[in-house]
Amino acid sequence: MAQQLSVFLENAPGRLNEMARVLGETQVNMHALFVADTNDFGVARIICDRTEDAAAALRDAGFSVTTTDVVAVEIPDTPGALGKLFEAIAAAEVDISYCYCVVDPTTKKAVSFCRFKTPNAQAVIEEAGFRIFGDNVFHS
Amino acid sequence: MSTMFNPAVEAASRDHIESAQAEGLCRLLPRLYAAVPSYREKLDGAGINPGDLSSLDDLQHLPFTLKDDLRAAYPYKMFAVPTRDIVRIHASSGTTGSISVVGYTRKDIRDWSECVARSLVAAGAGPDDFLHIAYGYGLFTGGLGLHYGAEYLGASVIPISGGNTRRQVQFLRDLMPTGGLACTPSYAALLAESALLEGTDLTQLPLRFGIFGAEPWSENMRKSLEASLGIDAYDIYGLSEIMGPGVAFECREKAGLHVNEDQFIVEIVDKDTKLPVPEGAYGELVFTTIAKEGIPLLRYNTHDITRIIPGACACGRTHKRIERITGRSDDMIIVRGVNVYPSQIEQVLLSFEGKLAPHYQVVLTREAALDAMEVRVELAPSFDFDEIRALEQLTQQVRRAIAEALMVRVKMTIVEPNSIARSEGKAVRLIDNR
Repeated sequence: MAQQLSVFLENAPGRLNEMARVLGETQVNMHALFVADTNDFGVARIICDRTEDAAAALRDAGFSVTTTDVVAVEIPDTPGALGKLFEAIAAAEVDISYCYCVVDPTTKKAVSFCRFKTPNAQAVIEEAGFRIFGDNVFHS
Repeated sequence: MSTMFNPAVEAASRDHIESAQAEGLCRLLPRLYAAVPSYREKLDGAGINPGDLSSLDDLQHLPFTLKDDLRAAYPYKMFAVPTRDIVRIHASSGTTGSISVVGYTRKDIRDWSECVARSLVAAGAGPDDFLHIAYGYGLFTGGLGLHYGAEYLGASVIPISGGNTRRQVQFLRDLMPTGGLACTPSYAALLAESALLEGTDLTQLPLRFGIFGAEPWSENMRKSLEASLGIDAYDIYGLSEIMGPGVAFECREKAGLHVNEDQFIVEIVDKDTKLPVPEGAYGELVFTTIAKEGIPLLRYNTHDITRIIPGACACGRTHKRIERITGRSDDMIIVRGVNVYPSQIEQVLLSFEGKLAPHYQVVLTREAALDAMEVRVELAPSFDFDEIRALEQLTQQVRRAIAEALMVRVKMTIVEPNSIARSEGKAVRLIDNR
């Protein structure tokens, strides 16, 4: 499982900027950022180094922060690879809450970060032959 | 002299009015004492023998009735007749989410209808007129109150109720050979705006008068409504505890609202000392019902701030006039004609403990002439908002719970923890940008 930071953001100008500024000042390096938005608020999901420090710094700056375990799956950076992953997940009737992907330029591998509603997701993915990262996705 | 629905009553001599009130009061007390246990306690506690009353001056020594008394009496404990004699129930929301229930006998409905008929005639209506009633129908007294009064007068009622603005405009245009409109002033403003957008100029219609109430409005609003609707606009005052719309109404002079004094004794008391103020001074508006059977009330303090306008009215009516309501002596706010107490909202928010933090703000604005209420509340720091669906569900649940408790729709905004300004002492819960 990989540790993800989630930051609650009011839909107001400058909130993302303020969040990035705090992380920068704390010398936190973000590897992946995914901002989900609704009419009234947004949630920024972040994969970074030093998750604990980042969470503490954001909380000190007044942000609402939670940490969530997400499943980080390694997939080849090739056409159709992600489809194979989802095919396995769908076949096992595993329910995805959300999912986002990034490509690690150093390894040329893609990583898919998923939060599942169903507890057996990891087993299903591993059975389908995919590798699941631990909490150090970008430093293995 | 202008036309009156019931000139013998509306233009009676002051002597007659006051002796009838004294008689009414003398009859009221034994009735309350016998039929309503909480009044018996109140009168006993104040050392008042219900038979001792001799004049109207004695009124100032009698105990008040408050909204909380009605709340504690939920549902029927303050009714002075058996419920089989009740033909109608209305209800309004009170503090802390509770509801106060009022009941009307057949005679009460007739008296109420007459009060409304007087209000309509004072605004220039007659049996040949149509009345487009866009007040809400239901537990709220606005719709049915105007409805029964207009029928009592013999006018043709269009009971369209609120909502569906497009149909409202169509009906005003097509179904109204002559007549008037009854609704809240803010809804009237919305109708005028919407009509223009659809290419209907309401000033070109045979609409002659508007009867607007259930929320405070100003002289500027009157000018604007009269211009945009091409009508004469009149204020009507009432509250369900006392009766409903028609407790007091404006006449053609537009110089204060005549209180139906054959039904109600009106007093103005100092908001701190609760003693009667000199005539013409501002204070809390207090009513005693002398004719009501279902739920007669002794010195009910409305917490509305106004004054008695001294002197006679040029219209010939002799019933006292109160000025437009200028404010409240408690924290009640009126949103789209519905009474709302910030404490009701707080009660709902506190029921979501662990998900919401007890920091909130109510923001009132006017959108397209209608009141809009936004409730901003902080998310509890422990809430797992990562699943946005959970957060959206929470927003929905809170919105629904507030709508149910307040009987008014709100925009619900969940904001970041610590984003609502903390204040020392009394928190600023209400921001009124209307």
